[in-house]
Amino acid sequence: MNQDIEARKQELLKEGYEEVYTRTKVLTDAVMHYCPGCGHGTTHRLIAEVIDEMGIQDNVVGVSPVGCSVLAYNYFDVDFQEAAHGRAPAVATAIKRLNPDTFVFTYQGDGDLAAIGTAETIHAANRGENMTMIFVNNGIYGMTGGQMAPTTLVGMRSATTPYGRRVDLNGYPLRMTELLSTLPGTYYVTRQSVQNPAAVRKAKAAIRKAFENQRR
Amino acid sequence: MARELQLMKGNEAIARAMIASGTDGYFGYPITPQSEVMETLMAEKPWETTGMTVLQAESEVASINMVYGGAATGKKVATSSSSPGISLMQEGLTYLAGAEIPCLVVNVMRGGPGLGTIQPSQSDYFQSTKGGGHGDYQLYTLAPASVQEMYDFVFDAWDIAFKYRNPVLILSDGAIGQCMEKLYTRDYIPRWTEEERRKNAPWGTWGKPATRDHNIITSLELDSARQEVFNHKLQAKYAEMKEKEVRYEMLNCEDADYIIVAYGSSSRIAMKAMQMAREKGIKVGLFRLITLFPFPTKQLAEVAAHVKGILCVEMSAGQMSEDRALRPLRRYHPHSRRGPGGS
Ligand SMILES: Cc1ncc(C[n+]2csc(CCOP(=O)(O)OP(=O)(O)O)c2C)c(N)n1
Repeated sequence: MNQDIEARKQELLKEGYEEVYTRTKVLTDAVMHYCPGCGHGTTHRLIAEVIDEMGIQDNVVGVSPVGCSVLAYNYFDVDFQEAAHGRAPAVATAIKRLNPDTFVFTYQGDGDLAAIGTAETIHAANRGENMTMIFVNNGIYGMTGGQMAPTTLVGMRSATTPYGRRVDLNGYPLRMTELLSTLPGTYYVTRQSVQNPAAVRKAKAAIRKAFENQRR
Repeated sequence: MARELQLMKGNEAIARAMIASGTDGYFGYPITPQSEVMETLMAEKPWETTGMTVLQAESEVASINMVYGGAATGKKVATSSSSPGISLMQEGLTYLAGAEIPCLVVNVMRGGPGLGTIQPSQSDYFQSTKGGGHGDYQLYTLAPASVQEMYDFVFDAWDIAFKYRNPVLILSDGAIGQCMEKLYTRDYIPRWTEEERRKNAPWGTWGKPATRDHNIITSLELDSARQEVFNHKLQAKYAEMKEKEVRYEMLNCEDADYIIVAYGSSSRIAMKAMQMAREKGIKVGLFRLITLFPFPTKQLAEVAAHVKGILCVEMSAGQMSEDRALRPLRRYHPHSRRGPGGS
């Protein structure tokens, strides 16, 4: 932790303040590059807190493919692999199969998980791979500048749908959560949001459950 | 299993060598003429004996990325395919090379372009020896010419892959993959223990202990100056391979008036041609390439300087004979003979 902050904290504690919340040690000190208002920071923190609370920091491998979160490895203080666009579920499949006692998670965008990597997503889920996939759906391709994603809503504007997404041209938004829930290999699938404190708490509980399921 | 004389197919030899060499995982997708590799593994059930993981992936794109994930945990992970499947793997291969992950890929070549034919061919020479995917990288490329070499090169591949943290390609073809020959098996090398893995792959992502920084496997570098430094480092690695890891075989080259340059199944045909020529009193020698990258340029040039003619024999429209690595020979011998494979 930043030394100035740590020094200030010690002063405050001496003055009689009580520590009620602190940053988890599973996140590094690196300054995140995410845009203001983006949910990645919150989502990173939730995952890191879950890893911390479960006491598994020394036994986790994360996978972040191409997308805004491609640099996630700089922020999580756990072993990490960067993967090609869409391929994280395949990458994680092998990590888990070869290291069955290790907790494995992927952290993927909607373009990644639901367009270029749809096959890997569906097959990893359908094989019942014992791992956690965190799907961060922002409705666009963020990293490349806001183009249409498979999840872009009908009528929504993006860099490649400047007049709004049209069903006759672009088809319908892909509902990945519902789709995955129909597969017999999927053990637990849930849709959560990080838009307000109540949602954040619920999202954290869901992440915890998804990680705990790897213990089975 | 101790050293034993057996009769088997080249593809089966690859599979058995993977088990015997302590390979931790195999991920593949069916394609002719190499499907026997995964079929043999599935029939052998090595997960019950050595503990090796075997999984049929949903595509070659998935299988090469499974290799990436598994191998990046510091384990010996392999895949195999044939030409169209290897084309699909190119993105994965450049990521593996860029992240410096040791692994083994076997290509049992068939004729192309496109879906081509399932007959043997050597027309993936450029793809194999000049990188294949985007960026400046090289695969260490071994070209077996017999079932025995299919087997032995798997063992050699692991040494090179981990020594240089680089993917190794065994570039075979449908003839070697499908033919049956005698083969001496080797003693089993046990899979690495946990301690051995940590010692041999300290860079691996096997769960960060409190005693070290987190390990990161990536081929991303946003700082272009640092990317340039990294590319120089890669080039230095390839230069060291050229210096130390070149392999070739010379047969009857000492007194030869003519030499044939060939690799893989073409070298088998060339060997017969050499024998027939010798019976007629024509002094022909064979320079057989074993590593295609690194190419034995220096060694071949030394031989070429003393002969009247050179014949390059390959099952492609001249990819090997056109290779820059052969340029020093043109000084002596400007002609080459070409013929595409897969027919
Ligand atoms: C094979 C390949 N195609 C395209 C790209 C370019 N690319 C980088 S990120 C990205 C979109 C990512 O969008 P998403 O997965 O939704 O994640 P976000 O950036 O929104 O977090 C694309 C298309 C790439 N890196 N690789």
